[in-house]
Amino acid sequence: MIALDEVLNRLHGLDRSELGRWVENRWVLAEQHGETLLFREVDVARIELILEIRHDFALDDEAVPLVLGLLDQVYQLRRQLRRLCDALASQPEELREAVSQALSPPSSG
Amino acid sequence: MAAQTPYEILGVKPTATADEIRKAYRKLAKQLHPDLNPGKPEAEARFKSVSAAYDLLSDPEKRGRYDRGEIDESGAERPRYSYRPHAEGAEGWRYQPEGQMDLNDLEDLFAAFGSGDRGGRGRGGAGFGERLRMRGQDRHFTLTVDFAEAAKGDKKRLSLSPDEWLDVTIPAGIEDRQVLRLRGKGSPGIGGGETGDALIEVHIAPHPLFRRDGNNIRIELPVSLAEAVLGARVAVPTVTGPVTMTIPKGSDSGAVLRLRGKGIQRATRPGDQLVTLKVIIGHPKDPELTEFLEKWASSHPFDARREMPQP
Repeated sequence: MIALDEVLNRLHGLDRSELGRWVENRWVLAEQHGETLLFREVDVARIELILEIRHDFALDDEAVPLVLGLLDQVYQLRRQLRRLCDALASQPEELREAVSQALSPPSSG
Repeated sequence: MAAQTPYEILGVKPTATADEIRKAYRKLAKQLHPDLNPGKPEAEARFKSVSAAYDLLSDPEKRGRYDRGEIDESGAERPRYSYRPHAEGAEGWRYQPEGQMDLNDLEDLFAAFGSGDRGGRGRGGAGFGERLRMRGQDRHFTLTVDFAEAAKGDKKRLSLSPDEWLDVTIPAGIEDRQVLRLRGKGSPGIGGGETGDALIEVHIAPHPLFRRDGNNIRIELPVSLAEAVLGARVAVPTVTGPVTMTIPKGSDSGAVLRLRGKGIQRATRPGDQLVTLKVIIGHPKDPELTEFLEKWASSHPFDARREMPQP
């Protein structure tokens, strides 16, 4: 777990009150530990993502949850797709070929 | 104090053109070149940093990467907390969209795309779920029954959860690890596909007394020397309860007696119970018995191992 101060130290251009607000908005999850907040690596990566969205793409507070919500859906689908691909990869070659055949574009004529 | 950016070192704006950068560098290089400033280490240090800054900013690719934050002033890769590997890794579920089902299951996934999703234009324009008809998965269970239940057949209730169960008919004479198939008791199908089956592997618990031999059941019955020689009526356990059996006068140890119809309770022709007698002397040190046998053996020579095979 990574403490709040360490996160501020790692990510330039992020200020304490701003990050506090993101946690309050539940854009990023954190655990309250006494006086400080603790984050996981995935949370820190997400904070950097939000930082990029807010500053580099200049999106305002209204737009951020929309973008995050869409991204969360995309990543959920990608995780699911990966599971499907893993499941497919462990199938007999015959079956994999049949699926590959079914996925290929229909031949014209 | 934060380190100076290469733009600050060269004294140009971040929006400066390549030409402006080159001019700024040349001007500083002339001022700070070590050959023109012998014995001035701070000039030499600044010259080095100016050269490094120019090196970075004069290369359009490096300048671009620096501007995007991919590399730092020294050209080293900046650590990135790129979200994607986290989001797609094991931790990613932390940010699963709220109120959505956990699509851990292929069936849930198909179900989620199964109704009203008409995004697909190809192959007749049918929705994913309409094209996809899939039989439900079979569900696998194990059920342990005792020896008598397997021999006689029985009805068992297999609890899957507090409010879900399967009534399983154990056929008489089921074999250990035999699999019973309950049609339509598996997972529901997708897109109108048929429901899967429940497959129940039946384990028969070993019994200390009964042993299966095809459709027959074998047991070993201890009898006394007197019962074997003089005959007796004794109670014998069977899978359907104890029965009284007659031991004929003059039975030997190892003799096999048949209890007809007391084996595996198959409907057509039940098997038998085969009872192997095992003579137990009981009091081998009894002085009366010893005295009798000494007298008796001398007049009745007998080789008990005469039919024993040669090693």
